[in-house]
Amino acid sequence: MREIDASGVTAAVRRLCIDANNLLEEDVMAKLEEAIPKEESPVGREILEQILNNDRMAARLGMPMCQDTGVAVVFVELGQDVHVIGGDFIEAINEGVRQGYRDGFLRKSLVTDPVIERKNTKDNTPAIIHTQIVPGESIQITLAPKGGGSENMSEVRMMQPSDGIEGITDFVVDRVRRSGGNPCPPVIVGVGIGGNFEQSALLSKKALLRPLGSLNPDPIWNPVEVELLDRINRLGIGPMGLGGRTTALAVHILAQPCHIASMPIAVNLQCHAARHKTAVI
Amino acid sequence: MSEAIRLQTPLQERDLTALQIGDAVLISGIIYTARDAAHKRLVELLKTGQDLPFDLRGQIVYYVGPTPERPGQVIGSAGPTTSGRMDSYTPLLLEAGMKGIIGKGQRRPVVIESLVKNKAVYFAATGGAGVLLAQTVKASRIVAYEELGAEAIRELVVEDFPAIVAIDTQGHDLYQEGVKRYRQEEPTR
Repeated sequence: MREIDASGVTAAVRRLCIDANNLLEEDVMAKLEEAIPKEESPVGREILEQILNNDRMAARLGMPMCQDTGVAVVFVELGQDVHVIGGDFIEAINEGVRQGYRDGFLRKSLVTDPVIERKNTKDNTPAIIHTQIVPGESIQITLAPKGGGSENMSEVRMMQPSDGIEGITDFVVDRVRRSGGNPCPPVIVGVGIGGNFEQSALLSKKALLRPLGSLNPDPIWNPVEVELLDRINRLGIGPMGLGGRTTALAVHILAQPCHIASMPIAVNLQCHAARHKTAVI
Repeated sequence: MSEAIRLQTPLQERDLTALQIGDAVLISGIIYTARDAAHKRLVELLKTGQDLPFDLRGQIVYYVGPTPERPGQVIGSAGPTTSGRMDSYTPLLLEAGMKGIIGKGQRRPVVIESLVKNKAVYFAATGGAGVLLAQTVKASRIVAYEELGAEAIRELVVEDFPAIVAIDTQGHDLYQEGVKRYRQEEPTR
């Protein structure tokens, strides 16, 4: 049993909020760089150059790469031999978000209730927190700020098993096609298949966390990811939807068992500002 | 890309009618920010025959909700937000004299028709380029709805703000034309 003070969780989350928003991971930068010489549209190339310049400037100036600093989505892997002391664990995470968004000069983008009042909560809380209990005596926290533009173009569908792999792939391609320029392409396409209604959505978001350029740990999905990326990049949407070859940088699939009657699928689109940072306490 | 065309606000009709989709422009002068909540309020004023908090005639509205500026900074990150959410408000603002819009993403036919009718242009800026675009902002002050925070209406003075003509005064739409040009047939399966 290891004791971890809640204040340590707050400090880690605060740092992650700022770093995730200011520093784009190298794998995303590398994919954007790779895309430029392959992009046939001059407008598309110009946009990709602007994005790369922007992301480098953000790191250098310590500014958020995008003004939509998002909802703070927090994935926690909590070791079962950890005892959190000195405060409420969930409140410790929210306090970290509060401090990070204040001290990092990040935008507060949450409203109190979704329909009636829609008043800004002014501190970007509450965070969306997904906690998983795992063996061990450490806490791993991944913070993934998610902007509204790409999240709004995401979708869950309860398909029938008879729709098969064609049904799955057609749905993914069509979701990207219908989104056009709205999710800020080039996008990363997170696909969650199986589980149930809510689990498919969570899988699609988790799929976005896999490093770009890595193979799917489940080899049956690798050819499907390759086929989907090819089909998506034939759509012509291109950078920011103004036409071109670079519509998606990657397609990531995460699947799990499901009910004999079901075939749930979720697509979570991620803009090119594919932000996430991880810390282990 | 071809050499960028320099535009000065307030926009002149002859400058606007010369623009074609795909043209790169560099915008200088005063522009106004407004996004979801501010649009709702502006349209309520127009519908009840009241004056707007700023003179919209010949001006550009930029769909942006910037991050808070650090001490000494003019503005925080300031890239465009998705324009489609403003579609239902846009025709009324165009009727009231707005001549340019900066945003990102496709517009509904009702907006394109109103752009043609009012000889106005829709410019696309690069979404997610908030730091790069903020460098072109030389001054910023809130002119209305301070209580909306990031959604307040700001008057920005910009210098060489980079954008692309996405819908021109003839109603050509780069979101449709660009995609058509680069779309490829799928291999037969």
